[in-house]
Amino acid sequence: MIPLGHYLVVSAVLFAIGTAGVFLRRNLITILLSIEIMLNAVNLSFVAFGRSQGTLDGQIITFFVMTVAAAEAAVGLAIVIALFRHRESLNPDAFTSLKW
Amino acid sequence: MLALIPLFPLLGFAINASMGRRLSKTVSGSLASLVMLASFAVSVMVVWQLANLAPPQRVIEQTLYTWIASGDFVLDLTLRVDPLAAVMILVITGIGSLIHIYSTAYMHEESDPEYARYFSYLNLFAFFMLVLVLGANFLVLFVGWEGVGLCSYLLIGFWFEKKSAADAGKKAFVVNRIGDYAFILGTLLLFVRFGTLDFQRIASAVAPLAPDSNFGPLSLATLLLFIGATGKSAQIPLYVWLPDAMEGPTPVSALIHAATMVTAGVYMIGRNAVLFSHAPETMAVVAVIGAATALMAGTIGLVQNDIKRVLAYSTVSQLGYMFLAMGVGAFGAGIFHLYTHAFFKACLFLGSGAVIHALHGEQDIRNMGGLKAGLPITYWTFLIGSLAIAGVPGLAGFFSKDEILFETFAHGHTILWTIGILTSLLTATYMFRLVFLTFHGARRHEATAHPSHLHDAPPAMATALVVLALGSVAAGYIGIPVALGGHNAIGGWLAPSFSARSVTTLATGQVGEAGQPGGAGEASATGETGSERGLELSLMVVSSIVAIVGIGLAAFIWLKRREIADRVAAAFPGVYRTLLNKYYVDEIYDATIVQPIRIVSQEGLWRGVDVHIIDGAVNGTASIVEGSSSLLRRLQSGSVRAYAGSLLIGVVLILGYYLWR
Repeated sequence: MIPLGHYLVVSAVLFAIGTAGVFLRRNLITILLSIEIMLNAVNLSFVAFGRSQGTLDGQIITFFVMTVAAAEAAVGLAIVIALFRHRESLNPDAFTSLKW
Repeated sequence: MLALIPLFPLLGFAINASMGRRLSKTVSGSLASLVMLASFAVSVMVVWQLANLAPPQRVIEQTLYTWIASGDFVLDLTLRVDPLAAVMILVITGIGSLIHIYSTAYMHEESDPEYARYFSYLNLFAFFMLVLVLGANFLVLFVGWEGVGLCSYLLIGFWFEKKSAADAGKKAFVVNRIGDYAFILGTLLLFVRFGTLDFQRIASAVAPLAPDSNFGPLSLATLLLFIGATGKSAQIPLYVWLPDAMEGPTPVSALIHAATMVTAGVYMIGRNAVLFSHAPETMAVVAVIGAATALMAGTIGLVQNDIKRVLAYSTVSQLGYMFLAMGVGAFGAGIFHLYTHAFFKACLFLGSGAVIHALHGEQDIRNMGGLKAGLPITYWTFLIGSLAIAGVPGLAGFFSKDEILFETFAHGHTILWTIGILTSLLTATYMFRLVFLTFHGARRHEATAHPSHLHDAPPAMATALVVLALGSVAAGYIGIPVALGGHNAIGGWLAPSFSARSVTTLATGQVGEAGQPGGAGEASATGETGSERGLELSLMVVSSIVAIVGIGLAAFIWLKRREIADRVAAAFPGVYRTLLNKYYVDEIYDATIVQPIRIVSQEGLWRGVDVHIIDGAVNGTASIVEGSSSLLRRLQSGSVRAYAGSLLIGVVLILGYYLWR
């Protein structure tokens, strides 16, 4: 039986990778993928907690997160397509006209 | 019934004001005159009804509705006719009707809408004046008081395209406002003191009190009311608007000077006779101001060259007489003079209007002369009016002016009597200077060079002139003094109005005497001892001689030896110039009051307080907000990753705080 700490470490590492991806990559699609990685890191920790506590709560909330993530991906990709049509670019730094 | 008196002119105003521009001149003019005549007819009926009551019960009241009901304070919109108000409504509607009829011809050169506008103002003026005299309490009176102020503004500035007319209207309004302010304060003071604004209630509350000594609250309140009266009735120090009011059409001057407006102040004091006679200090002030105004305006009238201005100063002077009478406690005599003055002053103003009409707008008497042959009706009526105002025995002015002078002397005010007699001399002189310069002598005006161009008053104007001239002769005979074998009918008629009535019996219409009679001066109206009769007769002889001397003096100077006048003027250039410039009062007011207020307002209040403090506060708030947001708005960079970064940092900080707390 693998102890809870290991799962949490993997989860933290995945979350850090996702966060780094969001901040460092210059491509909107990659950023969306990185967000998925962050969500799945959280999912992993939920499931790990659920198993160690012996309850189903962690798994249930994971389903919710997956649903929301799917919706988010759909909306996010739609926005990305619209933005690309508009500016011929996927670099988030190109979309800074909404400022003072 | 009572309400119909003011409602008729109001109806005329409503029709002419709303539909006037579509009505022809004939319709709008005769409508306005008809409503005035209807109002006059109702007034006559009401006064007849009043005269049939026993003297102490002569009050007719009509409560229209409760105007204000707030806790203990209940104020009804009540109209009340008593002998004093009866005289006033007859003067207002009677003389007012004649002026309306006269105006239909005088204003005929105006366009249809202007003509209707003129008559709507005239009707409104009569309406407010009737409200003023019929109101049974201070607040209703004040409605009329303000209303006539408004109408005088509208009518004086009737030809508002002319800057001087617009300015004169504004001046009348502003000067009146100053008086009104004091009037409001006086009213409030009386309300605080007596808890009511009804004239009769105040009178019966005051009657049992001892006369105010050492300038108590009554003196203060009455003095404030009197300041209001000086504004309306053109007394020192607020008389300056009346001569300028000559910018209005001439019938308006007649209306303002004879029937309405300027009589309001005299009426108001007569209405509160009981109150005023309990404030001896105020009475002294009233008498002195009245005498001083009479003399001052008389001297100015002597040298003015505008036909209407001379008449305006004579009005101020005659109003001074009325206030002198009020101030010495001879309320009956004051109102009597108001009533006779209405006839001959209206006659004189309408006569001067006929002259101006005939000369196509010429108002300078130096350019007139020799109009007697061309304008016979105008000449004779004007002459009768002048004789009446000069106080020639047998005409209206003689009886009333003599009554005032006698009462002044009988109450021991010898100095004031001397001033009165002197003014009477001046009155006779300047009035006949006017007559001689206008109607006699050689023709000095190009319009008069061809007599065929000169047209006498058209029928509507002539009718009004003749009726008023007859009135100037006959009006005095209702007040023949006891000394001449009469019984001073008007004094006896008015007496109940100047004494307190009991309030408790008022509701049932039965009015009894309560307390002492307020008008002390009325004692002489009922009975006189032999010595008083001798005194009155000798005073009458004196003033008759004075009047005739004045006329003779004017005839000698301006008919025979015109160069005397010029030589006198040249001998005393300083005096002459001071009089011609009306004692520089306008200039003094301008320098001491108008300019300081203007400078303080402009440099202090506008450039200082408004621009720097008020605008500064508003603009300062705006610039503080702008300055701080110019810093804060840098946070909105538009970069999604920057937002995400700040989100992350925030989450880390908050979580960190809770974990490592």
